[in-house]
Amino acid sequence: MSALSNSNWDRRNVLRAAMGLAAVGGLAACGGNTGRSSGGSGDALVQYFHAYGEAGTEQAIKKYAKAYKGANVTTQWITGSNFEQKLFAALLTKNAPDVFEFHPQIQLIKSGQVADLTDIIAPVKDDFNQADITSHTVDGKIYGVRMIDDPQFFFYRPSLFAKAKVEVPTTLEELIEAAAKLKTAKIKGAYLGNDLTPVQNNLIWSAGADTLTADNKPAFNTDEVAAGLKQLRTLFTSGDLLLGAPTDWWDPSAFIQGLTAIQWCGMWAMPAMIEALGDDIGIFPFPKVGSAGKQSVTNGGWSMFVNAKGDNVDAAKEYVKWLWIDQKEYQEDWATSYGFHIPPRTSLAQSATKLQTGLPAEGVKLFNEFGHFDNIGWTQAMISSVNDVMANSVRKDDDPKAQLDACEKKVDTELKKLFG
Amino acid sequence: MSTTTTRGVAQPAPAKVSKDRPRRGLRAGSTFNFWLFTGPFLIGLIVFVFVPIGWSIYLSFFEARFTVTPSDFVGFENYTQVLTDVDFLNSLVTFTVFAAFIVPTTWAFSLGLALLVNRLRFMRAFFRSVFFLPTAVSYVAASLIWKMSIFNGVRFGLANTVLSWFGIDNIAWLAVPDPPWYWLVIVTLRLWLQSGFYMILFIAALQNIPRELYEAAAIDGAKPGWQTFRFITLPQLRATSTAVILLLLVAAYQAFDEFFNLLGKATWGQPPLVELYKMALGENQNYGAGSAGAVVLTMLICVVTLLQGKIMGFGRGEESK
Repeated sequence: MSALSNSNWDRRNVLRAAMGLAAVGGLAACGGNTGRSSGGSGDALVQYFHAYGEAGTEQAIKKYAKAYKGANVTTQWITGSNFEQKLFAALLTKNAPDVFEFHPQIQLIKSGQVADLTDIIAPVKDDFNQADITSHTVDGKIYGVRMIDDPQFFFYRPSLFAKAKVEVPTTLEELIEAAAKLKTAKIKGAYLGNDLTPVQNNLIWSAGADTLTADNKPAFNTDEVAAGLKQLRTLFTSGDLLLGAPTDWWDPSAFIQGLTAIQWCGMWAMPAMIEALGDDIGIFPFPKVGSAGKQSVTNGGWSMFVNAKGDNVDAAKEYVKWLWIDQKEYQEDWATSYGFHIPPRTSLAQSATKLQTGLPAEGVKLFNEFGHFDNIGWTQAMISSVNDVMANSVRKDDDPKAQLDACEKKVDTELKKLFG
Repeated sequence: MSTTTTRGVAQPAPAKVSKDRPRRGLRAGSTFNFWLFTGPFLIGLIVFVFVPIGWSIYLSFFEARFTVTPSDFVGFENYTQVLTDVDFLNSLVTFTVFAAFIVPTTWAFSLGLALLVNRLRFMRAFFRSVFFLPTAVSYVAASLIWKMSIFNGVRFGLANTVLSWFGIDNIAWLAVPDPPWYWLVIVTLRLWLQSGFYMILFIAALQNIPRELYEAAAIDGAKPGWQTFRFITLPQLRATSTAVILLLLVAAYQAFDEFFNLLGKATWGQPPLVELYKMALGENQNYGAGSAGAVVLTMLICVVTLLQGKIMGFGRGEESK
């Protein structure tokens, strides 16, 4: 028997297996649920939400949508860590959502992607936190309705601090020292997220710099920020930092499970933390970086936008007005029943009893005292280029100043595209 | 991944059938049957493979940001941009490192498994299935398991627990680029997922080696074990080995899922497809540059495949007749 016949037999089998696989794969690719009902009614709306971590949030959003009589609203609950990529990709297609949540970013306005919502906000404009109005305004028009404000700061365990005889850190040096003292065989000192990017803006703010100047020029490339990055690098390599945790920074699990004594997280996680740890929780802002710096807190949050290129702009605006302007009961439910968020409406923030005492009240205080709100000119592309700075000069050992220079160049290109 | 991995091999199939037909003599309706069976597959191939490829080549000559129906012709500008892009060039280096690890290890591992399973006297079907099963797992699901339970950086991760028995400190496998432990995570993941499939190919080939060869060798005094393996089994597996290495190389070029899921917000360990994804579908939605990169990558794959075929003699069987 010749070797040739063997090899032929083999190859045919290879082909058969390959064709089978290709056919199966092809079928799978044809699936896909766009979330749109098939009817031709103009009043079917699709809304996009990123997956909130707290139990009951998805049901709540669907409950509100169901209660709306003006249109049939379907919810797409987007899981995974890259909501912005999925959203941006979807917005280009025919299956784009009519209503979606995101952060205010000017490229969405310049490209005509989001609709002007001034007319629905105007009557209650004074009831909003004015910083939230400013961060959504371009040339006098308001483009999004803020749903929730989410201050982000450090959470710590006072009992562990007492045991290690550590004071609450107010400078980055103190934070690094504290992490070293708090670290034991079982517990790491601090957790800043697996890739450290959640604190990138705070590092800039706390070093006395800013992301952009008031007239939209890069303002983050300073020697103080570079020095801060260098300090962060020593923390990263010290072994005192929790890295590679199964849950990322926005999830309180690492803190609750006792993997770390300090964690960067958001106010939304307070109910879960309080339930697990009782009153053994304290909070503090991102410490000062260098001598000229000031402590800082990220005032993040989510806003509703209407897809201006969709087929149902008016119906979508109507829905956003109904839920996020008129239905105060739902707004309060959304802000305080699952995770804790600060309602951007002053009247609601004042009446939200859950935020008046204890830890949540301290969170509100940090929000007011140290908070930095979204800057609408600071877009996703710029955020990504700072992500690269964190990756290259903190997790890798590249020179911070050179990285900041490269980043400034990229940010400049983006700014030129947006502002000319 | 498996769809595209195998497509390159699947394409010649219909053509081959059509060539064989006339020799066997046409019966009434066999042309109709031919189209009946190949038609749906061909339509799928045209709609989902050839049209997108053509469109992508078209896009690569246009300034196409935030649109797939561009009007601004820019010639080879996108190609210049891609070929001078440090990130893209780095991704080719990343790929080369990755392929250098994964191709030989998978080849050796699946051949080893095939030899072991083939030697079994009982429960052969059981072990064959057990080793083949991971092939059915999705890369994303496996990445999550690898990232969150086996190779997480905390003390109760599986890998760290095992290391702690020997007094070794916790390792943050994926968060730290230096030392590059992330390669261990990525290579073991892919090894687990795909070696079962190639093991089946090797088993099929092993079972096809005629007994007489071994008997003749034994009579001539060849010792069982290494000598027999080196001079009979391995040469007899040549055709399968070549096919397996080719498939592995193409699969390595197409690596995306595990890198994308395991190395979030990293600037290292980015293979070409992740780089292209960022270019075409990231914040800039630059389909022109992304398509140009895809075309460059396709040409590279073609060249490498042809070269490999030349060196290892894939498809030389018929000619040597």
